[in-house]
Amino acid sequence: MTLAVFFGCAFIAFGPAFALFVFTIARDPLRVIILIAGAFFWLLSLLLSSLVWFIAIKASNSQDLTLQKGLLIFGVFFSVLLQEVFRFAYYRLLRKATEGLAAISDDDGSAISVRQMAYVAGLGFGIMSGAFSMINILSDSLGPGTVGIFGDSQYYFITAALMTLALTLLHTFWGVVFFEGCEKSQWWVIAAVVSLHLLFAGLSLLNPLYEGSLPPVYFITLTMGIWAFFSSGGSLHSLSALCTRRKAEGESS
Amino acid sequence: MNTSDSEEDSYNERSALVQCESPTIPSYNQDHDVSLPQQTDTKRRRPVSSGLDEPGPVERERASTPDGEEEELTLKYGAKHVIMLFIPVTLCMVVVVATIKSVSFYTEKSSQRLIYTPFEEDPNSVGQRLLNSFLNTIVMISVIVFMTIILVVLYKYRCYKVIHGWLILSSLMLLFWFSFMYLGEVFKTYNVAMDYPTLVMIIWNFGVVGMICIHWKGPLRLQQAYLIVISALMALIFIKYLPEWSAWVILGAISIYDLIAVLCPKGPLRMLVETAQERNEPIFPALIYSSAMVWMVGMADSSNPGSADGRLRNEGGARAQEEEESEDDVAHGGRRRYSAEEDLEEDRGVKLGLGDFIFYSVLVGKAAATGGDWNTTLACFVAILIGLCLTLLLLAIFKKALPALPISITFGLVFYFSTDNLVRPFMDSLASHQYYI
Repeated sequence: MTLAVFFGCAFIAFGPAFALFVFTIARDPLRVIILIAGAFFWLLSLLLSSLVWFIAIKASNSQDLTLQKGLLIFGVFFSVLLQEVFRFAYYRLLRKATEGLAAISDDDGSAISVRQMAYVAGLGFGIMSGAFSMINILSDSLGPGTVGIFGDSQYYFITAALMTLALTLLHTFWGVVFFEGCEKSQWWVIAAVVSLHLLFAGLSLLNPLYEGSLPPVYFITLTMGIWAFFSSGGSLHSLSALCTRRKAEGESS
Repeated sequence: MNTSDSEEDSYNERSALVQCESPTIPSYNQDHDVSLPQQTDTKRRRPVSSGLDEPGPVERERASTPDGEEEELTLKYGAKHVIMLFIPVTLCMVVVVATIKSVSFYTEKSSQRLIYTPFEEDPNSVGQRLLNSFLNTIVMISVIVFMTIILVVLYKYRCYKVIHGWLILSSLMLLFWFSFMYLGEVFKTYNVAMDYPTLVMIIWNFGVVGMICIHWKGPLRLQQAYLIVISALMALIFIKYLPEWSAWVILGAISIYDLIAVLCPKGPLRMLVETAQERNEPIFPALIYSSAMVWMVGMADSSNPGSADGRLRNEGGARAQEEEESEDDVAHGGRRRYSAEEDLEEDRGVKLGLGDFIFYSVLVGKAAATGGDWNTTLACFVAILIGLCLTLLLLAIFKKALPALPISITFGLVFYFSTDNLVRPFMDSLASHQYYI
């Protein structure tokens, strides 16, 4: 608990997202707006899914614990589906905006490409999702307490931070791949993204059996990262060019 | 805490979105509209709603250029100005939330109330409490309307000295008395020992520099920082002294009033802005936050220096004008050859009334104060920013002064109540089982 855990978990969970924001998004005002609008769309999806869950809870017997847990699991999966629906809706909105911008400007193309928007939108979803998962836990970790005093796992904070990190990165990669799939009308890509998201949520249901949830989640994150890299136009050639260019620059300087 | 009337008077013209730009061709309906003279209890500046004037003059000036280019310029400027407003709004909210979470003074309920909310909220009876909060709102809104009308009347009959004296008195109170209170509470919270001579030095310097920056000349960033600080202080006062339910009802009522006062033809704020436009005068300093200083180096119309003054609409208006005049003197004739079109490419910035800052921060601060949930605060923050973005988009489309409160406050209220009641139990259950969505 206290400061060490707070800073450690905060940096684990939000470090990469913050770095991505500072280095790629903060300079361009249009990207910041798209980021915040993405966060807003995720928030809307969460609102609707919480509403549905809340109604289900109120309509059911509050004493029946297994029923409550079942409703919560239903809430989890429904929320995942709704998030993907809102991701699609955001894609449509951004497409309309791009078309508007392109139609207006004289030269070809608008200030921001669909791929960049996909990345920014994914990051927006990821940051908001991570923040909502982690911030209350972080503020609790500042105060005194003993983790797992009632028999729960003592690794609660660090696993929460790791899951949040995975979630943020996953949302970013899913955003890139999803938009690319929509652009090329490859519906199997969209189905894959949705099922991977459902798989992620399902794996988190295995908590606190962290061996069952964390390694598979990070494997999925790595796979998605590679998929997003190739989907957004990267290639092994560009990777090697990056290394050799750096070496060449290092030699010449 | 009963404050004098003079303090609240200074808050007129506070909430509005104005695009600071001076049209070369007078077109009053496109210049800034004072959205809402809102009178806050103690120190509220009336919100000024100003529209985005930016594209207007550009279009007129560039009659020869194709329409597409103008529109693209509009949109290019648009995103940048949205961010130029996001940053100060975010900073103000961060200051308020940080204070609320750390200094317990502003969340302690005291038996003192402002005279503008005379009805006490009885926590035992829901119906009575609701009724009293509505009555409090009616009292508060009528005070605001009354003060706004007085300001408009004073302005119409050119009683500038009265208005300026009023404004100076209220900023004096804010910069000295409220910041002294704030500093005292912060020291108490962190148990810092402080002696009076040091404190007097600090407060004196802070206050005097603030008065100079806001009412006279100063670096733009410093002026912006001071405006943010006084908005935050004002918001904290509101959070402390407005009763719980009354605060929410007042927020809703203020947005409706903002809408009416800015858009209706006989609305006080609209009349204020139109009068200011007719006379080609800038709106009062220290009531509006301007995101950029419009400086037009060498207006093409060099034969008419008076018109150059009138064109500068940003709040650092007086300062900018003087700088421009001195630049003209120094730069000799060469600069005056610059075409008006080139000048208008300078970044104009957008203006937002301080009342908008204050009410946004009140909403987010109250979300942070009630309950320990950070998700609610974050949700309100995002909702307000998106509302501001939408308002600026409307501004770019309609090109007239718009009220900045309604959309943001509506989103903020909707998200506050829904996140607090629906999302919070859901996320808490998920967190306790460590499920991730």
